[in-house]
Amino acid sequence: MEVLVFLVPLAITLGFIGLMGFLWSLKSGQYDDLDGAAWRAIADDEPAGSSNSQQNPQRQDP
Amino acid sequence: MSSTLDFSHYLKSPGAGLLHLDLAVEGINCAGCMAKIERNLSKIPDVTSARVNLTDHRLALEWRAGSVDPAMFVDRLAELGYRAYPFERAGAETQEAERARSLLRRLGVAAFAAMNVMMLSIPVWSGNASDMLPEQRDFFHWLSALIVLPAAAYSAQPFFASAWSALRARSVNMDVPISVGIVLALAMSLVETASHADHAYFDAAIMLIAFLLAGRYLDQNMRRRTRAFAGNLAALKAETATKFISDEEIRTVPIAAIKPGDIVLLRPGERSAVDGNVIEGRSEIDQSLITGETRPRLAVPGSAVFAGTQVRSGVLRVCVAAASEATLLAEISRLLENALQSRSHYLRLAERASRLYAPVVHAAALLTMLGWLLYGATLHDSVVTAIAVLIITCPCALGLAIPAVQTVASGALFGSGVLLNSGDAIERMARVDRVIFDKTGTLTLPELDVANAANIPADVFDLAGRVALASRHPVAAAVARAAAAKSPLPDIEEEPGHGVHGMLDGCEIRLGRPSYCGADELANEILSRDPEASVVAFRHGETCHVFAVRQRLRPDAAAVVETLHQYGIAVEVLSGDREPAVRTAAQALGIHEWRAEVTPVDKIARIDDLARHGFKVLMVGDGLNDAPALAAAYASMSPVSAAHISQSVADAVFLGEQLAPVATAIDISRKALRLMQQNLWLAVVYNALAVPVAVAGLVTPLIAAAAMSGSSLLVMLNALRARARKRETV
Repeated sequence: MEVLVFLVPLAITLGFIGLMGFLWSLKSGQYDDLDGAAWRAIADDEPAGSSNSQQNPQRQDP
Repeated sequence: MSSTLDFSHYLKSPGAGLLHLDLAVEGINCAGCMAKIERNLSKIPDVTSARVNLTDHRLALEWRAGSVDPAMFVDRLAELGYRAYPFERAGAETQEAERARSLLRRLGVAAFAAMNVMMLSIPVWSGNASDMLPEQRDFFHWLSALIVLPAAAYSAQPFFASAWSALRARSVNMDVPISVGIVLALAMSLVETASHADHAYFDAAIMLIAFLLAGRYLDQNMRRRTRAFAGNLAALKAETATKFISDEEIRTVPIAAIKPGDIVLLRPGERSAVDGNVIEGRSEIDQSLITGETRPRLAVPGSAVFAGTQVRSGVLRVCVAAASEATLLAEISRLLENALQSRSHYLRLAERASRLYAPVVHAAALLTMLGWLLYGATLHDSVVTAIAVLIITCPCALGLAIPAVQTVASGALFGSGVLLNSGDAIERMARVDRVIFDKTGTLTLPELDVANAANIPADVFDLAGRVALASRHPVAAAVARAAAAKSPLPDIEEEPGHGVHGMLDGCEIRLGRPSYCGADELANEILSRDPEASVVAFRHGETCHVFAVRQRLRPDAAAVVETLHQYGIAVEVLSGDREPAVRTAAQALGIHEWRAEVTPVDKIARIDDLARHGFKVLMVGDGLNDAPALAAAYASMSPVSAAHISQSVADAVFLGEQLAPVATAIDISRKALRLMQQNLWLAVVYNALAVPVAVAGLVTPLIAAAAMSGSSLLVMLNALRARARKRETV
């Protein structure tokens, strides 16, 4: 049972790290736009250095 | 578009050489829009960040100062098909957002503590029955205390603060029994732990805090969202004024940048965004948004102009007055203040419940203690049992019963185009038994429309609409709108005060005053039938037609009045407009009770009179003259086109061309009130079951934790039905 002396503080430390992570994410504004964040996760990544700026103006749907 | 908007008022400087601009953007509603906007704007050189907020429909831009003109962003967005407006976060909105954030932070801390304590509690619960050593149990209890005490001290602050302020005002709210329960549970657990006893209630206390915080966060988040949306609406209305920065030079500036003493220019078709006095020019002005009077008046130098006034024919220079100088406004503000004071008498359902609840529960705990003492138990055991009663009755379910329903119902209202201004509005709207409508702008649409469209051949109508595009006169604008004209005719010239003219297929084409088009007879014939209408004549060669332009009733107004009657609600019209106009509208809608030419004072008197006879009145109005009545009524609503002051005192604002949100709001509120009462009864039943167990001294920490979360979940699930029912009806 002496193992508790290590395991319990370890478990609480892990929980504490989780809490810190949550507070950090809150502070950095990750909860400000929950709808947008849901979509950003599945959005295609921007191809690096792409600069085909205005070649398809016909795609401007209203 | 000659003078573009001056953005300098909206720019912020977040750091060295950077500029920041917030835009409210219309039409962002999918992930595709978000990606398109961000990709396009980031490509502009010098833009360091472009980030869309999909929840709030906003765009935050940052760029290096000097090289880029902010107006370019708006143009680029317009090319992409989005209308964008610069936007300034209102103080109230920042506050709501900060409060939501702080609740979420506290919820995170409480949830962390609850989870970790649960990890320690489960071995204790199961070990108490089997072979756990007392030293191990004490170790776990001390660890729980170490986690819970600081977490509770931090996360329960909103309850403590609210309970404290209620007690200081010598009243009781729901947070008083909550705080008492939390503090006693923690104190007793600490004492028990120190004396090596079996039971500690750290887990139940922190779980209670986490549940209540979750309910409050959801409530606050809904409020924040509504507020953000209202902020966008204010920005989309794009309240700007054309200000003289020198004798000759004008610039379009946001209304917040206008100060008393500034000179602004009002052109035909524009609505004044300020109060002031005319110093130069002559024009017909339409004050229907303010007084309800639909007949235009003449403004000359010296006349007062109020915000919301529409200029019809001429150009005016107006010297901006401080709000207190304008007599009408001063009168309205005074009435408003009195009305708002009397409104605060309303006692919320939650307050009434807690006034009953706290004394009953605390008396029950005291009786338990005395009972056990008389029965011969030790003082320690009696006190522990009494505190267990307090813990088990701690109004977790009761504290959630009303906010949870409120959150779900205001979400449902939001979905059907009603924005709530105050939280208890739902309870009040549910009890309404009489609706008073203002006429102008409420039963009717705020914009003018062509009344005799059916009598005019379609090709003539189309042509007239295209000609009308050349004029900024509101009556001509109504013709263009009704004809859905998009392409203006070339070479049309405007003769101020008369109309517009040009040539088409070798024939002269004219649109304007009947005399200007030689159509006086036709016009007089129409005016004799419909004296309320404004007329505009159209001549193309020899053909001549006259359009009767007037305010049109909202398309579903009659249906809504009928629905309200079905709900058992009486409907009445109180209008500042003249009698014939009010009578026509009331008759068309099947409303038998109406009053015309009512002043703001009379409106309040009528509402007070009804209130004295026990009626609960919902006032629906938009004008400045309605503002005191809106504040005096039991509950109130305003269309989104309403004057600022009316919107801010109304309990709710509804969007769109339809009147249907008024009936929907009453319907949803009634359902929500039923659910609130159900939830309160659920909480009462829970207490009736749990209290005898606690009084008998049989409550273990396991039972306390289970009973608390069980009742909270039950109440939450019941609240969600407010939403489920809504879906069925859509």
